[in-house]
Amino acid sequence: MKKTVPLIITFLAGLYMIVAYFVPHPAVANSAQQMQGWEIIIVAFTLVLGIGNLVQVHYGKVRGRRPGWFHSAALLACLAVMAAIGTVWGVAEGTVYYWLYDNVMAPLSAAMFSLLAFFIASAAYRAFRARNKEATLLLLAAVVIMIGRVPLGPWLWAKLPWVGGHWPHALDQLTQWVMDVPNTAGQRGIKIGAALGAVSMALRMLLGIERSYLTTGGGS
Amino acid sequence: MAVFGIWLGALLTLCIYSFLYRDNPLYKFAEHVYVGISAGYFVAAEVHNVLLPNLIAPLRSDFGHRFYLLVPGLLGVMVFFAFSRRLNWLLRYPLSFVVGMGAGLTVTAMLSADVMAQVQATALPLNSVNNVLLAGGVLATLVYFFFSAEHKGAVGGVAAAGVWYLMIAFGAAFGYTVMARISLLIGRMQFLLGDWLHLLR
Repeated sequence: MKKTVPLIITFLAGLYMIVAYFVPHPAVANSAQQMQGWEIIIVAFTLVLGIGNLVQVHYGKVRGRRPGWFHSAALLACLAVMAAIGTVWGVAEGTVYYWLYDNVMAPLSAAMFSLLAFFIASAAYRAFRARNKEATLLLLAAVVIMIGRVPLGPWLWAKLPWVGGHWPHALDQLTQWVMDVPNTAGQRGIKIGAALGAVSMALRMLLGIERSYLTTGGGS
Repeated sequence: MAVFGIWLGALLTLCIYSFLYRDNPLYKFAEHVYVGISAGYFVAAEVHNVLLPNLIAPLRSDFGHRFYLLVPGLLGVMVFFAFSRRLNWLLRYPLSFVVGMGAGLTVTAMLSADVMAQVQATALPLNSVNNVLLAGGVLATLVYFFFSAEHKGAVGGVAAAGVWYLMIAFGAAFGYTVMARISLLIGRMQFLLGDWLHLLR
C-alpha cells in the first residue's frame, strides 16, 4: 500500500504522457495538458519542502544561540519579509517586492556571481597548464574563444605585423570554426549521451526498477 | 527612495566584495540576506504566478466546473506530510505523480529533441572536411561514453579522439564562463563608479 500505489501512480502518469505524444486525438492531448497543469501546481507546493528545511536549520541555530545565529536571524527575517510582502501586496512592477528585487536581490546576485571572476583566474591557471595534449587543447580552445569573442581580440590581431595585414579576419574565422565544428561535435556527443542516460533512467523509474525517490518514510 | 536603493545596492555589493580580503562577518551577513531574500522571492513568485492563476482563482470563480482541481490541490497539500514522522510516507503520492509525469515527458521529449534531432543534424553529406570532422567528432565522443567495450585498440583510438573533441568543447564552455563572469564584474563596477559615485559619465 505504502509503496505499491505510488509505483502504480508513477507508471500510469508516465505511460499516459508517452501515449499522449503518439495519439493526436484532442481529448488525449487536452487531458495530457491538464495533467501537466496539475504537475506544475504540485511542484509549486514542493517548494515548501526546501523552505521548511531552510527554516528548520536556521531556526535551530537562532534558538540554540549557536555561532553565527545573528546571520541566521537575518536570513529568516529577509525570507519572511520578502515572502509576506510579495504574497500580500503582489509581485508586479512598482510594488515593494519589486523594489526589493531591484535594489537587494539583483545587486547581491550580480556581485556574488561576479566574485567568481577573481577566483576563476586561479582556477584557469590550474586547468589550463599545458601538461599534456588534452590540457593543451582545452587551453587553446579557451584562449581562442576568449580573445576572439571580445572586440579587443580582433583589434589586437589587426595590429599584429604581417599576419594582421595578410589575414585580417583569420581570428574571427578561427573562433567561428572552433564553435561550429569541434565544439558542436563535442557538445552534441555529450547531449546525445546524456539524453540516452536520462531516457534509460526514466524507463527504470516508470517500470519500478529505480525506487530511490520512494525512500521517504517506512513501510512496504 | 531611488537614492536609498542605490546606496543599499552599493553597500551590499561592497559587503560581498569584502570576501576578496578574507571571509568576514560583513560577507556572511550579505550572503545570508541573499539566501533569505531569494527564498522569499520564490515563495511569493510561486504563489502569484502558479498557485493563484492555476488553482485558487479558478476554484473561487467557477467551483462547479473546476472542482477536479481539488485533486492537484490535495496532492499538493500532502507534501506537508513530509514534516510528520508518522505520516511522512504520504509524501510518496504527490512525489510519484510528479516523478511519473517527469519520466514520461523525459522519454518522449529527450528522444525527439536531444537524440533524434541531434542525430538528424549530424547526418550530413560527407562532402567537406568540416562535415567529416563534425560527424566523426560526434561518433568519437559517443564512443568515449560507450563503456560496454574496453577502450583498447581501434576503440581506444577513437575514444581518445573523442576526448580531444570533449576538451575543445570544455575549453570553449570555460572561455564563455570566464567572459560571462567578467561582464558581470564590469556591470557591478559601472554601477559602483557610475550610479553610486558618479565618477563615470
